Amino acid sequence: MSSIRMLSFRKPSLRKPILRKFLPTLLLPALLTSHSASAELEVSISYLQLQQDTGPVLSNILPESEDSGLRGAELGIDDSNTTGRFLKQKYSLSQFTTDDESEFLATAEEQYKNGQRLFISNAPASTLIALRSQLPDDALLFNSGSPADRLRTENCKGVLHTLASRAMLTDALAQWLKARRLEKVLIITGNQPVDKAYSEAFRRGAKRFGLKIVAEKAWQFDADLRRTAQKEMPLFTQTDEYDVVFIADERGDFGEYVLYNTWYPRPVVGTQGLKPVTWHRVVEQWGAAQLQSRFNDLANRWMTSKDYAAWAAVRSIAEAVTRTSSNNPEILNQYIRSDDFQLAAFKGRKLNYRSWNGQLRQPIPLIHPRSLVSQSPQEGFLHPVTELDTLGFDQRETRCHG
Amino acid sequence: MKYPSLLKRCHLLPLTAAMLLAGQTALAAQAYVSNEKDDTISIIDLETLEVTETLNVGERPRGILFSKDYSKLYICASDSDTVQVMDLATKEIIKELPSGEDPEQFALHPNNRHLYISNEDDALVTIVDTETSEVLAQIDVGVEPEGMAVSPDGKIAVNTSETTNMVHWIDTSTYQLVDNTLVDQRPRHVEFSKDSKILWASSEIGGTVSVIDVETRQIFQKLTFEIKGIHPDKIQPVGVKLSDDGRYAFVALGPANHVAVVNAKTYKVEDYVLVGRRVWHMDFNEDQTQLLTTNGISGDVSIIDLDRMKAVKSIKVGRYPWGVIVKP
Repeated sequence: MSSIRMLSFRKPSLRKPILRKFLPTLLLPALLTSHSASAELEVSISYLQLQQDTGPVLSNILPESEDSGLRGAELGIDDSNTTGRFLKQKYSLSQFTTDDESEFLATAEEQYKNGQRLFISNAPASTLIALRSQLPDDALLFNSGSPADRLRTENCKGVLHTLASRAMLTDALAQWLKARRLEKVLIITGNQPVDKAYSEAFRRGAKRFGLKIVAEKAWQFDADLRRTAQKEMPLFTQTDEYDVVFIADERGDFGEYVLYNTWYPRPVVGTQGLKPVTWHRVVEQWGAAQLQSRFNDLANRWMTSKDYAAWAAVRSIAEAVTRTSSNNPEILNQYIRSDDFQLAAFKGRKLNYRSWNGQLRQPIPLIHPRSLVSQSPQEGFLHPVTELDTLGFDQRETRCHG
Repeated sequence: MKYPSLLKRCHLLPLTAAMLLAGQTALAAQAYVSNEKDDTISIIDLETLEVTETLNVGERPRGILFSKDYSKLYICASDSDTVQVMDLATKEIIKELPSGEDPEQFALHPNNRHLYISNEDDALVTIVDTETSEVLAQIDVGVEPEGMAVSPDGKIAVNTSETTNMVHWIDTSTYQLVDNTLVDQRPRHVEFSKDSKILWASSEIGGTVSVIDVETRQIFQKLTFEIKGIHPDKIQPVGVKLSDDGRYAFVALGPANHVAVVNAKTYKVEDYVLVGRRVWHMDFNEDQTQLLTTNGISGDVSIIDLDRMKAVKSIKVGRYPWGVIVKP
């Protein structure tokens, strides 16, 4: 069994028929290497991405790159191989991207049958849940693509999450609003389910940290705002007086047009304006400048939150391989979830995973497109274990127990 | 500017013993501080404790060191991708050495010629002959090489790689990588004991200092730190400095804004001294009665009185002071 697990996939992704055809010849060297004491430890990681069509949006000027996530995984592999050559470890990545969920799941199943055990998924919550229930328990699965809170509170078995959850993001924002005494909030929510999930997460944070919601509005217009925002938006935002406008518009449909067009001249926060993120190009403290420049050399673009999450997943695996000298997925899983695990990930402190739901604890940068404004947790928000657990769902707030 | 030129003139004259003595008392020691975000070096007069001069240098100066005879200053100008050589008599940059990309820290071999430079962006250590400007070797190391030191006996060079979490051991006679020691997360700085037998390596994110036996390359002590009211994750060791008498190791704890005073014989932490914000690197004054620290966020240098183990003065320098070295 262990020899099969060491089977290594290489770029470009191996399609199903090829895999089947080559399996016997691929297995042979793997078997041989596993018996030789001085052999390299081979670690093969599968990155699977379900391309999501978010539909047409009004503000389509700067779309997110299609390989957002993948290039982060690639950098993680490069970083790990630079380290691995001193420890006789070899990391390889197989990547598969599709816009068809059944193909996504079939590929994962095929890879599992062929010995793959380490998976990184960049897919929406429902696909991830299907993937987890399809894969047997010994497959180690990372979620680098979905911020859905239900993955951290309900369906939390057997997944490690490197992307911050929506609740972590909105809690980070709510703490900052409280710290800045911007306590009266107007909420504007888009018409997508993800937008509703985002504002729901924020409402929870607002209650937790003592903010007051003065009005809530749903964005339902389909008019092209690009030329009329200045006329429409002030009227739309004319409510009881607020200190700040919170926007839930994950796709970037209308949110960009709220800034500077509100009835009261107030800051805009949320999915636009001051934005909480897992990662952004403007993060350069704590040695992050080096990570950003390595990423830019590799991908020739800015590193996104999904790139960072995929990078952190690969680096978590590599860190566990280094400290346990093993590529066994169950040993790695155990180590990653233990108190001994620590990941240096350019956020100013060591990161580890929440034992109850597998979420990577991490500070959340609050950014505007050209600069880092702050990083939460904010000073003074205390927690008996770690202030990082003031962001997102704490153990007693979930049904997850490890 | 006044004192060095006086010195130069003194040297040209036939000196009587009395004049020499007078010259020495007039010449206070100086501290050189690299200001990472200002592209400058601040010079502090250690008698008046004032900044007497600010020199423009290459982009993002970080590691700095003197030649063994204090005639030259070497500067890692990280974003200019070069090591600059400054003539300290004229304060002019006289040469730029081929350092490899993004030089961050470096160490000068006791032979006063070979400079070992870590290239942070390229996972390399570059060895340069400072006289001929020739690159003698480039050695592959881990991701984000940072700390650099050459043993006082000249036999071994060590480098730390921040993302690989290793101490890499380089044989200075063959320029070959001979061994690696795994340490805690994000190793930043390495410092040899005077007898070349012990190596101290700080791990910033791991929050520890590993004390390593040079002979076996095994960790035999691991220091941890605890300061009341500061979360353990914020205690991030960076600079390490050992006193010549073998009594103390000082560890700069970064965002914890304290320097740990460690008994270098028992490896016990004896005290914590509060300094400026985000303390990074350190150096002693001439007679080792004071320790100077660079504090990046507060943009100043703290002076610790080592008899009282207390910071007694802070001196404003440029933005993000990184390294500090003292010239007697």
